[in-house]
Amino acid sequence: MAKHPRSLVPTVGAAPPIEVALPRPRPAAPWRLTRFLESERLLAALLLAPAVVLLALFIAYPFVMGVWLALSDASVGSPGTFVGLRNFVKEWNDSIFQTAFQNTFFYTFWATIFKLTLGMWLALLLNRQFRGMRLVRASMLLPFIVPTVLSTFAWRWMVDPTFSVVNWLLYSIGLITNKLPFLSDGRWAMWCAIVVNTWRGMPFFAITLLAGLQTISPDLHEAASLDGANSWQRFWKVTWPLLKPVTIVVVVFSVIQTFADFQLIYVLTGGGPANSTHLLATYAYQIGVATGLLGEGAAISLFMFPVLFVVVWFQLRYLRRLEGA
Amino acid sequence: MDIQRGMDRAGVDRRGFLRLSAAAACVGLAGIEGILAARRAPAWAQGTTLHIVRWNDFIPEADVELKGQMANAGKALGAKITLETINANDLQPRLTAAIQSRSGADIFHMFYNWPQLYAKALVDVSDVAEAVAKTQGGFYDVYAPSAKVGGQWLAMPHSIVGNAVAYRKSWFAEVGAGEFPKTWEELRRVAGALKKKGHPYGQTLGHTFGDAPTFTYSLLWSFGGAETDRTGRTVVLGAAPAIDSVAFLQTLWKEACDEGGLAWDDTNNNRAFHAGEICATLNGASIYIVAKRQPDKIRDENGKPLWEDIDHAPLPAGPAGQFPLYLNMEHGVMEYSPNQKLAKDLLRWMHERANFEKWFEACGGYSVAATTSWEGHPMWQKLDKPLQIFRTAARRTRIFGYAGPSTARATEAFSKYIITDMYAKAAQGMKAEDAVKWAAQELRKIYG
Repeated sequence: MAKHPRSLVPTVGAAPPIEVALPRPRPAAPWRLTRFLESERLLAALLLAPAVVLLALFIAYPFVMGVWLALSDASVGSPGTFVGLRNFVKEWNDSIFQTAFQNTFFYTFWATIFKLTLGMWLALLLNRQFRGMRLVRASMLLPFIVPTVLSTFAWRWMVDPTFSVVNWLLYSIGLITNKLPFLSDGRWAMWCAIVVNTWRGMPFFAITLLAGLQTISPDLHEAASLDGANSWQRFWKVTWPLLKPVTIVVVVFSVIQTFADFQLIYVLTGGGPANSTHLLATYAYQIGVATGLLGEGAAISLFMFPVLFVVVWFQLRYLRRLEGA
Repeated sequence: MDIQRGMDRAGVDRRGFLRLSAAAACVGLAGIEGILAARRAPAWAQGTTLHIVRWNDFIPEADVELKGQMANAGKALGAKITLETINANDLQPRLTAAIQSRSGADIFHMFYNWPQLYAKALVDVSDVAEAVAKTQGGFYDVYAPSAKVGGQWLAMPHSIVGNAVAYRKSWFAEVGAGEFPKTWEELRRVAGALKKKGHPYGQTLGHTFGDAPTFTYSLLWSFGGAETDRTGRTVVLGAAPAIDSVAFLQTLWKEACDEGGLAWDDTNNNRAFHAGEICATLNGASIYIVAKRQPDKIRDENGKPLWEDIDHAPLPAGPAGQFPLYLNMEHGVMEYSPNQKLAKDLLRWMHERANFEKWFEACGGYSVAATTSWEGHPMWQKLDKPLQIFRTAARRTRIFGYAGPSTARATEAFSKYIITDMYAKAAQGMKAEDAVKWAAQELRKIYG
């Protein structure tokens, strides 16, 4: 056991010196740790570190790897060498890429329009009180809950070129005499994909917009009614301005998801017939994974980045403006 | 306090513990560093387990037989062998993922000339291949350009799925065709008549690994068309024979085919044929074999077993002749595998006559062996006449890349479905010249 340090304090006169106990010095390590933990900056850094490590590992690293691959001639089993922007130039001049690029915009635009329109309509309907309301609201989420691959398989069977139940039904009631080319005609196949995407994504719009609708005070509608506003005017002048922030966030999320869609096209059409339904994601997969040209596949994927970056930038800018207001 | 004392007694204080942990972390990191440097997963329990990935066979009994054999092979080789079967279209993605991560199955099932594409990731199996070839009559000609790279066998030839046109004898007889047409022009006329009766010819032009390319490449070759010249560097697709073949397909498609075929995969034609929707289709023997094994389920419009009305014929000939593309298959031992010797031993075991024979018989003519001596196997005498066409089918098959060597570039063109899409675009209405021009441009980017 260490002795307490003591000092002799000189006293006036002949009185004997008084022994005074000084505070015991703390061991060096715990003192540093305390000071470290007391520093807000350091503590904040310490607490953020796990999240930063996770982000670096699972988001930054794959992204940086993707950029590196896109700038290299890497192929399966070969790490590749730096080739600059060669892959991007090659893909830009590739006719299948051009088709996939246009398809991606077409698919995203129309699917988002339909999802927004139908989702809004559904949300307005579900915002009313009726018997079985909760059951209907819950069941509406089913398309969103069922795994995409599974539901798309079901759609594939429904629009199968030979055994389509839709064709059979239309033929049985005498509306058609020849099979409709749901998946065997490029344009039909693209519209089928848009329909399936709309069916799957609409509940997300509806439920989010419904949540937004329920935050709007009924008093505002009542006041507008008393002022003589009809239902359209009440929607346009009251509901829409208050719902706009939610709508924009939902649209932005949907655009990101739809633009990068893979599963639905892969299962429904595989990009065919003759590449007419390829999207950037499915074509990148075909080139990068199936053909093994990893550099080219990564370059095709990265073409999505600037588009999605602009969308996210607008979203953040808009949200910041709302916060400012 | 007691705890502290306890730790002290055990000789581990807090600092000691920290020191120990740091040392362990360093060792761990050094270990990871070592693994990363070796670019190979640690070889835990080497030689005790083996993982082989194959396609889901169109003849389910063949997979059952092979899975049963793996248990016996495991006993013979002193290892646990896992056979995993997956969708054929997923094989290439699985291979890519395994090669890039340097982990996965020890042996992969491969199609066509994939060993050319994955050459850097495969082990030389010449010792196994040459021994089997020597005792079993040698490999069919298609295998050397497919699986031999730089003089080494980079995959063990396994089997070939021959294809032929399965057709309804009675329906063809109804329009005056006592046998299947021998030329394309004749097929257009006969199948055209059948389409008018509601029985079109069924053919996929979709992105499939089997039925689409085996039709489109054969059609191109039968008109004298080719991807490149003999050097494999100059694209010759834009020449007249290719345009003639595409123009012919346009007519055939409109007059004689089920136009839904543009969206078919490799299974649609089997189902359409069994359902009586189409009069004929290019396929392996699976349509006949499955129909025969399920006579109560698969019946014709008169309620009779459908297999009785099925026969097979080769694809019709064009102006240049008839040249088939069959599905030749191999097994590749992966370079990253810690069990390469065991993997080779398994391949050797699978190709022993007594073992291979059981699988060969389970296939019932659907898959034939990679070596020629199996043409004389007694099984052929027991098989029905419609299946006899597959006995010698593998003798004449070509591989894509023709007329040049079948390199990785040819595999790239194949994987991008360029030849199939050339015909698909024309079937959708693009002018034959434009469709060929498009395909030639795409091929130049690959071969040029």
